[in-house]
Amino acid sequence: MPTATPLATMPAPSPAVMANAARPHIVVSDVDKRFVIPGGEIVALKDIDLTINEGEFVCLLGPSGCGKSTLLNAIAGFSAPTTGTITVDGRAVKDPGPDRGMVFQEYALFPWMTVAQNIAFGLEIKGMSRAEIEPKVNELLAMLKLAEFRDRFPKDLSGGMRQRVAIARVLALDSPVMLMDEPFGALDALTRRSLQDELIRIWSATGKTIVFVTHSIEESIYLADRIVVLTYRPGTIKRDIKVELPRPRDSASTAFNELKRELSALVTAEQHRFEEVEVKGLTTD
Amino acid sequence: MNISRFKALGEGLLVPVAVVLLWQIACSAGWVNPMVLPSPAAVAARWWSYLAPLEPFDPATESKIAWIFSGELIHDSLASLSRVVMGFVVGAGLALPLGLFMGTSDSIYRYVNPLMQVLRPIPPIAYIPLSILWFGLGNAPAVFLIAIGAFFPVLMNTIAGVRHVDSIYIRAARSLGASRLTIFRRVILPAATPYILSGARIGIGTAFIVVIVAEMIAVNNGLGFRILEAREYFWSDKIIAGMLTIGLIGLAIDLAVSRLNNHLLRWHRGLES
Repeated sequence: MPTATPLATMPAPSPAVMANAARPHIVVSDVDKRFVIPGGEIVALKDIDLTINEGEFVCLLGPSGCGKSTLLNAIAGFSAPTTGTITVDGRAVKDPGPDRGMVFQEYALFPWMTVAQNIAFGLEIKGMSRAEIEPKVNELLAMLKLAEFRDRFPKDLSGGMRQRVAIARVLALDSPVMLMDEPFGALDALTRRSLQDELIRIWSATGKTIVFVTHSIEESIYLADRIVVLTYRPGTIKRDIKVELPRPRDSASTAFNELKRELSALVTAEQHRFEEVEVKGLTTD
Repeated sequence: MNISRFKALGEGLLVPVAVVLLWQIACSAGWVNPMVLPSPAAVAARWWSYLAPLEPFDPATESKIAWIFSGELIHDSLASLSRVVMGFVVGAGLALPLGLFMGTSDSIYRYVNPLMQVLRPIPPIAYIPLSILWFGLGNAPAVFLIAIGAFFPVLMNTIAGVRHVDSIYIRAARSLGASRLTIFRRVILPAATPYILSGARIGIGTAFIVVIVAEMIAVNNGLGFRILEAREYFWSDKIIAGMLTIGLIGLAIDLAVSRLNNHLLRWHRGLES
């Protein structure tokens, strides 16, 4: 069983972690996920045990096919594990729900709704009145610097702007958990960094528990309290690393780059296994 | 209107003007029998008299506006258009809910689709004998035929539209807490709208073709009836005047529907608002 290994040198844990010291929020126990494919079976996840505490920012890191998105989708309730259980706040996850807001790489904004309507959608579902929704939407538009785009349709926005709307849409729910599936993967480097900073700001202000899937080592070190490295098929937890660098993090610092080298070795090994298997053509993914 | 639009208009008019000129020359030179092909001038004159009121204006019996619109052409056009609208409303009104059911429910699709696939290739024209047998003469068989013409394009596109809704929108809506009904109403329906509207556009086009045929067999007004009637009297100029009217109205309907679609789909990626 993998254990948490503090690797980085800086001692101070982030304030969010201090405030909610080790109250388990998301508990994944003994989870396996298998997909049946023509002529066989893919073991996407195997023996996953993971406890994410309240207010923690956790990155799931690994190459393609390591099951990190599968694990996120299982927590989101989109696709139940084959065996094992997942609980959030002590309740077993059965369906997707507004207590676990999800941000997708493809933004998944409703193109027929304006920016403001997209953000308001979750609130309307909750049954809030127009009078309650209006100020809430305005507050979020301001928080994510979207005020002047409120009546635009998503097609008129850049990728970065769209992802801001998607984040605002999830923040509107006031959900204690935010799940993010490679949310910045399609963005250019500068936009990516500014949204990362934005996300850290929002996370510190709201104290949400964030589970963030990425294949970028740099991104995971920049953002996370904890990085969970997954292995390539079957997806297991290879390492669970606490990042104790102070924020804002400096990606040019020595400590940052030491950690980066360490993680790089872990991930590259999995990437090689991935390439070996894919080249042999044994999988369809 | 700027220069380039003038230029485009000029280019667009060049070929039609040339064709009409050539036609006029052929007629004036006596190369063709005017009974078979009347000159453009004769067609235009006939079109005008077809459009103009039949009686001189009499302020005692009717208003000026009613008089202006009392011409035969206007009456025929309105009769044809009202049949198109009725037939389309019936056909699309049945196709839309059925298409939504078939698109959302696999079991309904499995039960109903084979029948639809057998019926779909039957052209509405083939229903003419049956429509007269069932509904006699008058508007009813015409509306029936037009409804069949409008039904299948709307049905097929609605099914395709619902089935092609990107699952990411449904996942996003579910994670925002939407119920099945909310997902249907606020996600599936708007996401399928581009398909549904293009089905409606094809359906109206088909309805307009069918109305002309239907009027040739079952009723005694409308543009289709009128050009067939003109043939009885060897009024070839009136036949052509009627055909041109059909073309112009068809074009106008298509432009109007396309403008409406662009407005309704102003959120859509492929369109510039």
